[in-house]
Amino acid sequence: MKIVATKPELCIGCKACEEACSKVLFKDTNPEKSAIRITQKSDSGYDINVCNQCGECIDICQVQAISRNKNGTVMIDMDKCVHCYACVGFCPILAMRYQKDITGPFKCISCGACTRECTTGAIFMKEV
Amino acid sequence: MECKKTGNISVEELKKTHKLLQSSSFEAKKINKGYADRSLYVNLSTNEVKVKPISEDMKAKFTGGRGYGMKYLWDAVNPDTKWNSPENEIIIAQGPIGGITQYPGSGKSYVVTISPLTDIPVDSNVGGYFGPLVKFCGFDALEIQGKAEKDVIVFIDGDNNRVAIEEAPAECVNSHILAETLTEMYSESEEDKRNVSVVSAGTAAGNTRIGVLNFSHYDLRRKKCKMKQAGRGGIGTVFRDKKIKALVVKKTGVKGDTNNPADLDKIIRTGIKLHREIHDNDDKQCRMRVHGTTQLVNAMNAHDLLPVNNFQFGKHPEGEKLGKESFEKMFDLGKPDGCWYGCTLACAHALTDFEIKTGPYKGQKVFAEGPEYETLAGCGSNCGIFDPRDVVETNFYCDTYGVDTISFGTLCAFVMECFERGVISKEITGGLDLRFGNWEAQMELLHQMAKGEGFGVVAGQGVHRMKKMFVEQYGADKDFLNDIGMEAKGLEFSEYISKESLAQQGGYGTANKGPQHDENWLIFSDMIRNLMPTFNDKAEALYYFPLFRTWFSIVGLCKLPWNDIEPADNHQQEEPGKVPEHVQNYVELFKAVTGKEFSQEEMLLQSERVYNLQKVFCLKMGKGLRSYDNIPYRAVGPVTVEEYESRKERYDKQLEDLVGVNPAGMSLEDKIKALRDYRENRYKKLLDVVYKRRGWTNNAIPTVEKLQQLGIDYPDVVAVVKQYL
Repeated sequence: MKIVATKPELCIGCKACEEACSKVLFKDTNPEKSAIRITQKSDSGYDINVCNQCGECIDICQVQAISRNKNGTVMIDMDKCVHCYACVGFCPILAMRYQKDITGPFKCISCGACTRECTTGAIFMKEV
Repeated sequence: MECKKTGNISVEELKKTHKLLQSSSFEAKKINKGYADRSLYVNLSTNEVKVKPISEDMKAKFTGGRGYGMKYLWDAVNPDTKWNSPENEIIIAQGPIGGITQYPGSGKSYVVTISPLTDIPVDSNVGGYFGPLVKFCGFDALEIQGKAEKDVIVFIDGDNNRVAIEEAPAECVNSHILAETLTEMYSESEEDKRNVSVVSAGTAAGNTRIGVLNFSHYDLRRKKCKMKQAGRGGIGTVFRDKKIKALVVKKTGVKGDTNNPADLDKIIRTGIKLHREIHDNDDKQCRMRVHGTTQLVNAMNAHDLLPVNNFQFGKHPEGEKLGKESFEKMFDLGKPDGCWYGCTLACAHALTDFEIKTGPYKGQKVFAEGPEYETLAGCGSNCGIFDPRDVVETNFYCDTYGVDTISFGTLCAFVMECFERGVISKEITGGLDLRFGNWEAQMELLHQMAKGEGFGVVAGQGVHRMKKMFVEQYGADKDFLNDIGMEAKGLEFSEYISKESLAQQGGYGTANKGPQHDENWLIFSDMIRNLMPTFNDKAEALYYFPLFRTWFSIVGLCKLPWNDIEPADNHQQEEPGKVPEHVQNYVELFKAVTGKEFSQEEMLLQSERVYNLQKVFCLKMGKGLRSYDNIPYRAVGPVTVEEYESRKERYDKQLEDLVGVNPAGMSLEDKIKALRDYRENRYKKLLDVVYKRRGWTNNAIPTVEKLQQLGIDYPDVVAVVKQYL
């Protein structure tokens, strides 16, 4: 399975990845609608937060709306989802998202769009 | 009809035996800010089905849930109504917050009826999907009156906006089979089963006064119906007396906004915050996600609070065998065990392939619910039974037969003590050797209840009626049975030793429906932490907590996510016992659902209206005065020599320090009497201050001024209290 892998030390905080993700997922450029998030650290440098496809959310979901697709990526079936957001609260790395204008939780779908915008190699697709 | 296992008659064949008595359509109605503002009324004597609007006044005064239930029941019955009178109702209502999917514990329903145990209104809370799904069909409450001639199923079809009353002669009455059968019958596919919920009782519910209602929800992973119980007060007995085999609801398409709240974003953010708190803290706190309420067995045993041998003692060397370590091994863990969407506290655990040793399902491997603390303590330690496997089987049979595990446990413990002390003998029990610890005899008693035969029928009348029978028919010592028979108002005690907590004694004694702990659980803060040293402190707690906890029942919430998970810094708060951050969450939730201004003061006021209506309701039914708040001495102190001697050091010290007598040289009988006089006087004094704090007279009657202050001074309510003032 492919995941978005990170090297935070290379991140320059341009946030092009957030814009790319928001566009792919919701046809918007709102960073709050991005599954990948860049935050400036208090000292220096940046944190990169994105789903590592660990799949813990699959077992949390009471209605079996979360599963792996054939590529191993963890996906949400919005037809089944009842918007309880247990997956958001229980994500070990807080990479499952909620944004008030989006119905239901959302997450990284390993499409790679963000990595294609990254000019420093801070994020890249990796087979695991 | 063969009723031993599922699958021996096809669902299609069973369906063909149904005879349609009524089919009534209703207009679809979307929820608006947590309310449908109408209820569904079904009369089983006439097969009338009607949709009733809910007035603004009713909404403003009684909020929802138990509040609506009490008001409907008040209007339906008269002082002569008995539990089995046709005009008695069963009302199931949800409350405005009930049905949201984001905040853990938001799927509770509240059931109200005149109890066959107490002859006054009883309320019981229950999880499962039925309540929320009925609400999303467009009804804040379901009101059932009348009695059918033959067994019926009431089907509420929210997808086609139709209510059907169907004669249903063939299905097995026992719930573990009936819930599966009807879930399959009324769903269209495996995936659709989560949109169906069944309410059912069981064979023993119809033969005793301690019947429960089972509320189902379909577990998609295990492909089984799980059930939660509206346990207290014999509601299942009323259900079977009305010849209801089941209530079924079907509603597809539940989503996060189906409750149509005023501020969904606020609800989601509050919910996510609690999900995260559970994620971070549950493992360090109660571990509800792993142990459920079984962890309480360990805690109670450690603090001398676990009832052993009919509440004589508070701990046992084998007590922990019924505790969390045993069940961590036995539970089928790792699956979402919430009883409504979004409950990540997930305490509703289960056992798969559990092999039954007794009764009609002997030898079968069944899907069994995990026993709650109350069941382990009541059917287990309180009866001297310490094998966790055995209590799982007792729990399974109580559920499927439709029997309350608390009443069953407490009455069984009473019977066992009577048997051991020679009050009753094998001649009376029909040969059952009902000694403490004899699980096989306990099970036979339960199977007799299901069959409606033998001593099971006698025991199924409950402790209150057994005491009278044993005195009148077998010459038993009335005073002694009143001391050891753990019931008040006719309801069996729930499973905590209250001897060392005066506040808990008051909590049990003054609880409107009878001695159940959902109004008050003050033992730790009173006895262990000594946070309420004065009578006034205890009275304040007995004012605040019943009202605060009543609020869960009028809005549709579960109590457990209030204080079985706490913010990490809760202990640093001024009043950690109240879990202030969570109380504020509730204020925010109510505002976000209804769009109304709201505060903690308003929360208590909402509850106080319902609480006082329920109190006046007891008076209306000819009960409810101070004398009805008496509790058996065993809930207060040591009745017998064995009890005194088992904690001799403690009691001798109390005689010296508190009573002011020197125990040296006193006979044991004199010591027991001196301690009793002291403790009973304290209880009387506590009632004085509690009633005063609640705005009641010294005879436990709400004053007219109190009713006016609450805005529930309706002429018929005032007329009731005026009879007594």
